[in-house]
Amino acid sequence: MTTLRHLKFALGLVAALAMAGAPGARADEQFFPLQSYRVGPYAAGGTGFFGGFIDYLNLINIRDGGVNGVKLTWDEGETQYEVERGVEVYERLKNRPGVAAWNPLSVGIAYAMIDRITKDKVPLITVNHGRTDSTDGRVFPYVFPLLLNPYSETSGIVNYIASREGGVDKLKDKKIVVLYHGSPYGKETIPIYKLLADKYHFSVEQIEVPHPGNEQQSQWLSIRRAKPDYVVLRGWGVMNPVALKTAQKVGFPADHIIGNVWSNSEEDVIPAGDAAKGYIAITTQASGAEYPVLQEVIKTVYGAGKGNLDDKKRIGSVYHNLGIVNGILNVEAIRIAQAKFGKRTLTGDEVRWGFEHLQLDPARVEALGAKGLFHSINVTWDNHEGDGRVTFQQWDRAKWKVVSDWIAPDWASLRPIIEKSAAVYAQEHGIKPRTSGDDPVSQ
Amino acid sequence: MDTIASTSHRTGPVAESILVGVAAVIAFGVIPLAGSDYLMDAVLTPFLALALAAVGLNVLTGYAGQVSLGSAAFFAVGAYAAYNLHLRVPELPLLLDLVLAGFVAAAIGIVFGLPSLRLRGFYPAVSTLAAQFFVQWALTKFGWFSNDNPSGVIDAPALSFAGYSFTSAAGRYLFSLAVVTVATILTLRLLQSQTGRNFIAVRDHEIAAKVIGVPLLQTKLLAFGVSSFLIGVAGVLWAFAYLRTVEPAGFNLDRSFQILFIIIIGGLASLRGAFLGAAFIVVFPLMLSRLGAALLGGVFDSGVLEMSQRIVIGALIIAFLITEPRGLIALWDRFRAAIGRRTGRPRQDISYN
Repeated sequence: MTTLRHLKFALGLVAALAMAGAPGARADEQFFPLQSYRVGPYAAGGTGFFGGFIDYLNLINIRDGGVNGVKLTWDEGETQYEVERGVEVYERLKNRPGVAAWNPLSVGIAYAMIDRITKDKVPLITVNHGRTDSTDGRVFPYVFPLLLNPYSETSGIVNYIASREGGVDKLKDKKIVVLYHGSPYGKETIPIYKLLADKYHFSVEQIEVPHPGNEQQSQWLSIRRAKPDYVVLRGWGVMNPVALKTAQKVGFPADHIIGNVWSNSEEDVIPAGDAAKGYIAITTQASGAEYPVLQEVIKTVYGAGKGNLDDKKRIGSVYHNLGIVNGILNVEAIRIAQAKFGKRTLTGDEVRWGFEHLQLDPARVEALGAKGLFHSINVTWDNHEGDGRVTFQQWDRAKWKVVSDWIAPDWASLRPIIEKSAAVYAQEHGIKPRTSGDDPVSQ
Repeated sequence: MDTIASTSHRTGPVAESILVGVAAVIAFGVIPLAGSDYLMDAVLTPFLALALAAVGLNVLTGYAGQVSLGSAAFFAVGAYAAYNLHLRVPELPLLLDLVLAGFVAAAIGIVFGLPSLRLRGFYPAVSTLAAQFFVQWALTKFGWFSNDNPSGVIDAPALSFAGYSFTSAAGRYLFSLAVVTVATILTLRLLQSQTGRNFIAVRDHEIAAKVIGVPLLQTKLLAFGVSSFLIGVAGVLWAFAYLRTVEPAGFNLDRSFQILFIIIIGGLASLRGAFLGAAFIVVFPLMLSRLGAALLGGVFDSGVLEMSQRIVIGALIIAFLITEPRGLIALWDRFRAAIGRRTGRPRQDISYN
C-alpha cells in the first residue's frame, strides 16, 4: 500500500516536472489558458461562461481557420472558484508558448494574479467584474475590466431608474434600498450609491444579507417598513432567488426590483418560480440565440459536434452569451494587434497593445454578427474599461426580454474616484503611472 | 500512545542524522537549484504553509487534546496582522512582522481558548468554531483591517529580509522553508520539555493531571497560544509567500477542516505526520490532477476529471484510515520497521513525533 503510494507520488512528480518544462513553440498558435470552474457551487456560471468562450474560439478556428491563419488553442484547469487553485493553474499554464490573455471570471483569482501577470507581461481580462481601479490603465497596464466595472454598474442602474421615472431630476425624493451580499463584493459599491444619492438627491438605504443569504425575512420586513420606490438586488448565488421569493411574500412588486450583473442569470430566477416574473436585471450582453453570431455557433460548432455545452438549451443564456462576447473581445484584440505586429503568434505584451486599441463601434459589432448582443467598446491606453453600455432585461417566467435602450453610465463622475484609488495602489507598489500610451511598460 | 521521545533515541542516532541531513540538503540545496518555478511556487510553498499550520493544530489537538475548528481564523489573523503591521509600522523588518503577527494570533487564540477551561471533550470545538465565524465576520465588517480597500482584498508586499528581497520563486520557497524549519525545531524542543509532557497529561486524563500537579489553566492556555502562534505564522506564509493576496473568504470553515484533516490523516500527536498529511492533502491531489490531465485530458473535460479525483482521494483516505487509524505516519513507521527486519536490523518501536 505504502510502496504503491510512494511509487504513484514519484510518478506524478516526474510527470509534473516533465510537463513544467515548456514544449517547443509551434508556429502560428495563440494559446488561452482557462482557469475554469465546472465543479463546485459556482459551476453553473463557470460552465456557461467558459462554454461560450470556447464555442466562440472554436467558431473562429472552424469557420476562419483561426485569426488570419493563427490557430487558437486553449487548455483548462479546474479551479472550483478557489483562489489557491486558480494560482496553481496560473503557475502551471503560464509557461506555455503564445499565451494571449487570462480570463479567470473570478475576482479573488484575478486579484491574486495582478502582480504575477504584470511581471510576466500578459493581459488579464476581467469582463464585467474585477478590481474597479484597474480601469486606470496608467497604473494597471495589463489589467482590463472590460465593458463594465462595479462602479459603472451602479451608475447604470441609477440611470435606468431615472429613465423609468422620466429623467434624473425626477429621482429627487425617491427612495432606493440596496440589498447587498455580506461580502467584500457586496460592499464594494456602498460609497458609490451614497455619492449618487447626494448628487441626484434621492435617499438610499443599504441593507446587508449575510452569506449565503438563504434567510431574508427580517431584511424584507425592514424594506416593507421603509417603503422604497425601488430595491436594487446586489446578490450572489442562492441569495437571489430567496430575495425574489421573500419579496413576493411581503408583497413587494418584482418589477421594482433591479438586479445587478451577478443577479441576472437564468440560474438566479428559475429557482424563484413565479416570484421572479417581472423581475428586471442589468446586463452588458443581451440573452437569446437569435443573433447571427449565435446562429453561426449553433450551425458551425454544434453542427460539427464540437459544442461545449452539454445542454443545448443553455445556448444563448446569460452566462453563455457573456462567454461569446468575451470571445469576441479577445479575438478582436488579437486581430487588432496582428494588424500592427504581423500575422503571427503574438507576445502577451503585443496582445496588451491590441486590447488598448480595442475599439469596436456599433458598425463593427454588426459586422461581427453581434448587433443587439452588445453595444460597443472603446478601450484606450488609460481607460481599460472601454465605456461599455448596459441594458436591462425583464424575466417573463421563461426567458429574458430586453426592456431598455443601451444606457451609458456616468463615467465622468466616477473617473476621479477611480484615479484616486489607482494612485494609492501606485504609491503602495512603487509604480510610476504612464503618461502616454506609447510609454514602454516597465516594472 | 503516550510517548513523545524523539526517534533519535531509538533508531541509531547516526542513521537518523544522516537521513535528516540528506533531506535538508535536498530541500535547501537541490530543489532551489534544480526545481521548476511551478514546483516551488504552486506545490511546495503552499505545502510548507499548510504543514506549519498542521504542526500548530497538532500541538493543540494532537498533544493537548483540545479539538479546534478555528484554525482558519488564526490563519487569517496572522495574515491580516502581518499586513497591517507592515502597512502601519513600515519601519519594522518583515521578519519581525511575521513574529508579531504570530503573537497577535496567539492572543486571539488564548481568548477563544478560555472557554476550554470549563468545557471538555468535543465542546471546545464549539468555542473555536465561534472564533472561526467571528474573525471572518470582523475582517469583512471593519474596513480598517483591509486598509479600506473597496473590495476587501489586500495585496501582500514583497518578501524582504535584511536588504535581500525574495521575489523569485526560489526565494519565496527558501524563505518559507527556513521559517517552517525553525518553527518546527522550536516546537519539537517545546514538546520534549516538561511543558510538552504536561500537554499530554492533560490530554490523557485531565483530573489525573490536576492531581499530580499539572497547572490546568496555564497548560491549556499555553497550548492554545502556541498553536495559534504557529498557525498565524503559517497564515503569513500563505498570504505573503504563496497567494500574495488575501481575501477573508479564503479563510472559511473549509480551510479549518482541511487543516484538521491533515493532522487526522497524517497522524495525531506527530510532527512528521503533519508534514505527511499536508503532502497528502495538498500535493497529492495536484499530482493526481496533472497525471489525469496528461493521460485523459483529451477524452474528458476538466470537470469530469476533477470529480474522478475526488472519488479516488476519498477512497484512498478511507483505505488508509482502515489500514492504520493512527495515520500515515504510523503506516510509514511500520513500513520502515519492516525494512529494518528484512535488512536484519533490530525492530524499531513505533514513535510518534
